[in-house]
Amino acid sequence: MKQFEPKVLQLHNYEITKLLNYTMATDRIVGIDLGTTNSLVAFMQGESPVVIPGEDGLNLVPSVVALDEKNQPVVGNAARKYLTETPERAVYSIKRLMGRGVDDVQEELKYFPFRLAKDLQAGEVLRITLGDKTFTPPEISALILRQLKRNAERFFAAPVTKAVITVPAYFNDAQRQATKDAGRIAGLEVLRLVNEPTAASLAYGLDKKQNGIVAVYDLGGGTFDISILKLHDGIFEVIATNGDTHLGGDDIDNLLITIALDDTLGDLGLDLRRNPEAVQAIRKAVIEAKIALSSQPSVKLDVELPGGKHYLREITREQFEQLIQPVIDRTIGPCKQALKDAGLKPEQIEEVVLVGGSTRIPKVRALVKELFHREPHTDLNPDEVVALGAAVQANILGGGSEATENMLLLDVTPLSLGIEVAGGVTDKVILRNSTIPASATQFYTTQIDGQANVAIHVLQGERELAKDCRSLARFDLKGIPPMAAGMARIEVKFLIDANGILNVSAREQRSGKESEIQVQPSYGLTDEQVEGMILDSFDSAEEDFRQRQIIEARNETATILAALDKGKKSPAWGHLTTDEKKKIAKMEKALAAVNNEDDYQAIRKAIEALNQGSTRLAELMMDTAVSTALKGKTMEEADMGEGPTAPHPMAKAEFE
Amino acid sequence: MVCVVLNVWRGRPRPRNLTTTQPPVPTDSARVCRVVVNEGKNLNTSTTMTTAKPAFDETQSCWSCGAPRPIHFCEACGKVQPPASVDYFTFFRLPRKLNLDVPALEKDFYDLSRKLHPDLNARAGGKDTGGKEQEKENEQEWSLQQSSQLNDAYRTLKDPIKRTQYLLQLEGVELEEQSKTATEQARSTGQLKKQIVPPDLLEEVFELNMQLEELRMHKKMGEDDPALIDEIGRQKLELEEKQEALLQELKTRWKMWDGMIQREHNGQPVSEEERRQERDKMVDILNRRNYIRNLVRDVSEVLEN
Repeated sequence: MKQFEPKVLQLHNYEITKLLNYTMATDRIVGIDLGTTNSLVAFMQGESPVVIPGEDGLNLVPSVVALDEKNQPVVGNAARKYLTETPERAVYSIKRLMGRGVDDVQEELKYFPFRLAKDLQAGEVLRITLGDKTFTPPEISALILRQLKRNAERFFAAPVTKAVITVPAYFNDAQRQATKDAGRIAGLEVLRLVNEPTAASLAYGLDKKQNGIVAVYDLGGGTFDISILKLHDGIFEVIATNGDTHLGGDDIDNLLITIALDDTLGDLGLDLRRNPEAVQAIRKAVIEAKIALSSQPSVKLDVELPGGKHYLREITREQFEQLIQPVIDRTIGPCKQALKDAGLKPEQIEEVVLVGGSTRIPKVRALVKELFHREPHTDLNPDEVVALGAAVQANILGGGSEATENMLLLDVTPLSLGIEVAGGVTDKVILRNSTIPASATQFYTTQIDGQANVAIHVLQGERELAKDCRSLARFDLKGIPPMAAGMARIEVKFLIDANGILNVSAREQRSGKESEIQVQPSYGLTDEQVEGMILDSFDSAEEDFRQRQIIEARNETATILAALDKGKKSPAWGHLTTDEKKKIAKMEKALAAVNNEDDYQAIRKAIEALNQGSTRLAELMMDTAVSTALKGKTMEEADMGEGPTAPHPMAKAEFE
Repeated sequence: MVCVVLNVWRGRPRPRNLTTTQPPVPTDSARVCRVVVNEGKNLNTSTTMTTAKPAFDETQSCWSCGAPRPIHFCEACGKVQPPASVDYFTFFRLPRKLNLDVPALEKDFYDLSRKLHPDLNARAGGKDTGGKEQEKENEQEWSLQQSSQLNDAYRTLKDPIKRTQYLLQLEGVELEEQSKTATEQARSTGQLKKQIVPPDLLEEVFELNMQLEELRMHKKMGEDDPALIDEIGRQKLELEEKQEALLQELKTRWKMWDGMIQREHNGQPVSEEERRQERDKMVDILNRRNYIRNLVRDVSEVLEN
């Protein structure tokens, strides 16, 4: 029989009860890496973090959302086929739009097939059209999060309501707030937003347990971060961070797509730029080529185009490297700035940890080596390490365990916080790379006699002029009692919390009258809007859940029937009595009969019956070595090596 | 010709403070905040820094167990305390001296972080209070406030310049706003800022500004002038050396200041005049250093562009 993966074996045996009890006690806080290209969910299993696979057994859930034929949202691998089949009903790389306004995304729209809603008003949160529906970026991200939540619930066979979610370190306040909103919409209480490179350092540090200065170079699908940390007896102190929230593997893909489109126009006379299906087919092919070029000297592209013609091209690694040089060179500036801010020379960095799928590219590794004068550390799986670190942080927030009891993360704010002052100038009140939580107090007064309102414009960024910084919010201090100009004294306290999100509180110190601050977030959903979106998803939750149960039951049917087929071919089959074989055949038939009906209960019952009826066969099939470990296990569990890796064959996910 | 760097302007004065003089207000989300009003509170009307930091009231007791109340954290029962309105020196239980053992400060910072950080208090209150929701919420809020106070204090005290500036502010000194922001702001409002070019630098600075202007012109025309760049680079190095020398000069003033504080602590009277003189000397050094720092920054900007 098939060899179990160690992880799976552990979960399938004695660990289950322990695991469930353990996770019960800590409210099952999961760690989520909500990536541009792929998303993952992980949790702390005993002393080490593990990724929770999806129903398809895969750890990575592609960050793709599509509407299927029945207008139901589909997420992950299942949604990928819609990208090429019905691209107008699918969306990827939504992270690029999180927390951004319509003016910010004009550049993105040239390269990404985001279909903005036609009735979009200025100042409104972006809405993307999928089929005949529209969704805000936080709602689409919420669909991805909900899928990860379900994967975790399936794995634990219990509800999951609390999570730590990672964000690029260089995300601004609006992008962070949008991520937090997405969590809420998905029905998750977001206990903490953790910066991706910092999360990676937690996973690295848990493993290494040594003191020193470490740099994390994180080049993912859509974002780039560099963080420099000091590791000291379990304290992970970020000294400096920098990055670019619009730089990653996507940009390399777009370069290759642009070239392919030029080629097809020039060589074949085909203008495919307005043909989304063809563009997606090309995109798929160039991504495969890009990946292959990390291990091969050259690669041949062959894409079938509409009309039957083929786009053929060979790309050598040398050509590829020349092509991407300008893209990857954009990481140099942030690295140098981070070193400068940290007051360190490259030689003082003791280890450079690589994170993000794009760091698999040899040319990127060479660049990192040149920048930091040392070979980078490549032992970690660059796709999974961020989620694993998020799980570590989830464990710390949940009260810690033996492995994490000494660990504490001290992160920084990536961007300076400023207030617009006279002349449109930014007055910085909290400088970038300040350890968070961080605060600053400012006093405001009135400029004319009897002035009742004071407007405060909060900005984020490094530029001197307010118009060049990111506008976070406009605050109106209202109801200031009439007094002479300059007499009012309003104390405003800005506090950046451990999530990197701004909180503001204010008080008028001179008057006895109550006044009020009204906050107009420059980009983002209001509390009411978020509430409304949560309710929306509740309305359809019941139907969603019913359908999901049926799908999962059918998948389980497939698994058990496949296992049974295998069993019939094994020598163990011969040891069964004729009566036993007859019984099994009867139950098999019964299962096949109900499997295509929309009756979840009936399918479950038939599966249960067959499962019980085949217990002896399962036992016989096990060789003596594993039979001790798996005593009493049913057929299905005994042959789970390849199938879904849930601890329980049919984990019932529960929803509130 | 116009020498940009010599245009030193004065910004519109506005009330400005770096520290909270009142206990922090409970923080609502950024989306909707209410102004909490203090009724009938008398406030210092001066716009300079408030020196009247209330000393920490040692007679208070822990809200939870009643043991004598520490500033941040009760050693007896392990509870985070409501934030106290104290200055950064008091927060770390340090005298207002300027020579400071930075590694020891770092150790204190780490130790306090382990007690105050919100991550470690995420489940605060639930342990032995029978999970009283209000207490749990309070403790989390205090943990956030205390932790930000800790970070703000550490960031200020670990840096020699920021530490000196902070102490001078506590002493009631209003420091010259020599920042680029202030300069820009002054430019836009058209108000003249007090010129504080150190006299011994006047000639040099004038020369350097001429060269910078020349280099800017060259760059605009797309011309290269390696000799000029070398010359400016050399002057930049000299300025950086001056900056370092001023830091050393400042450190010798620290000794005088600390000695004075020690005498005071030992019960010997220190005259207000002596105190003022020591302050003024440090203010002078800081202003000169700031001026040079801004020059270096402007030069770097021109060289890098």
